[in-house]
Amino acid sequence: MLIETINIVLLGMLALTALAAVRLHDLFAVTIMFGIYSLLAAVVFVVLDAVDVAFTEAAVGVGISTVLMLATIGLVGRHEQRPVHRPLLPLLVVAVTGAALVYGTLDMPFFADPAAPVHQHVVPYYLGKSPEQTGIPNVVTSILASYRGYDTLGELAVIFTAGVGVLALLGLRRRKRPSKEHPTP
Amino acid sequence: MFTLTGIALLVTMVLALIRAIKGPTVYDRILASNAVGTKTVLMIAVLGFIVGEPDLYIDIALMYALIGFIGTVAVLKVSEFGDLGQAQSPRDGDKS
Repeated sequence: MLIETINIVLLGMLALTALAAVRLHDLFAVTIMFGIYSLLAAVVFVVLDAVDVAFTEAAVGVGISTVLMLATIGLVGRHEQRPVHRPLLPLLVVAVTGAALVYGTLDMPFFADPAAPVHQHVVPYYLGKSPEQTGIPNVVTSILASYRGYDTLGELAVIFTAGVGVLALLGLRRRKRPSKEHPTP
Repeated sequence: MFTLTGIALLVTMVLALIRAIKGPTVYDRILASNAVGTKTVLMIAVLGFIVGEPDLYIDIALMYALIGFIGTVAVLKVSEFGDLGQAQSPRDGDKS
């Protein structure tokens, strides 16, 4: 009962934060709103008992992506330009797509349904065998780090490449300038 | 007891969120964001006691407290220098 109330309040705050981020035109404030959004989402994940997801959300959402967005604001300026076109047609397209997606979910099994196919295939094996096969108490961690270790390694390579690309775009080489000036005089 | 604490924390988070949305200056929003971060740490700790696993959740709350300041420091740095990178802005570098 209490957990449901906390969930509802948190989800309401999430919606409020997202609306505020859309309505604000100062990109600096929008970045701060995104940080608050990540914190609230992390609490929602903790309430849902997905601790590792919450952890990633907090580290990436509050830490890394805030820093990246702020670095971008330092390059492009902090005020949003007026849109050059009317938002009605894009809004219509998004609404129709969203309605189609919601219609598609009607055929899916309900949330947390134990008879859903995804919970019948390999999940019982992992749940039963992972403590003795891997020795890791958390099942999610054992799947990510042991059963799908090569997958995770590939994901890390992708994320590392993306991070290097973003850092290259944001102009890390500027850091060299002060040190270059010293040898010239 | 923990229920009351949780409700009080939620009310505080809503108040900080309202300040972040209304806040006329950037500093109001930074302060509100920082307050929400602190309340997140406390909320996770209280949730640990509500759920009945305080040991695990307090570890998580501590880790949140450790990473929570990064965003605030970055925001403050941009609001002071207008740039996240270096002490020298690109235009100054071009002039010299």
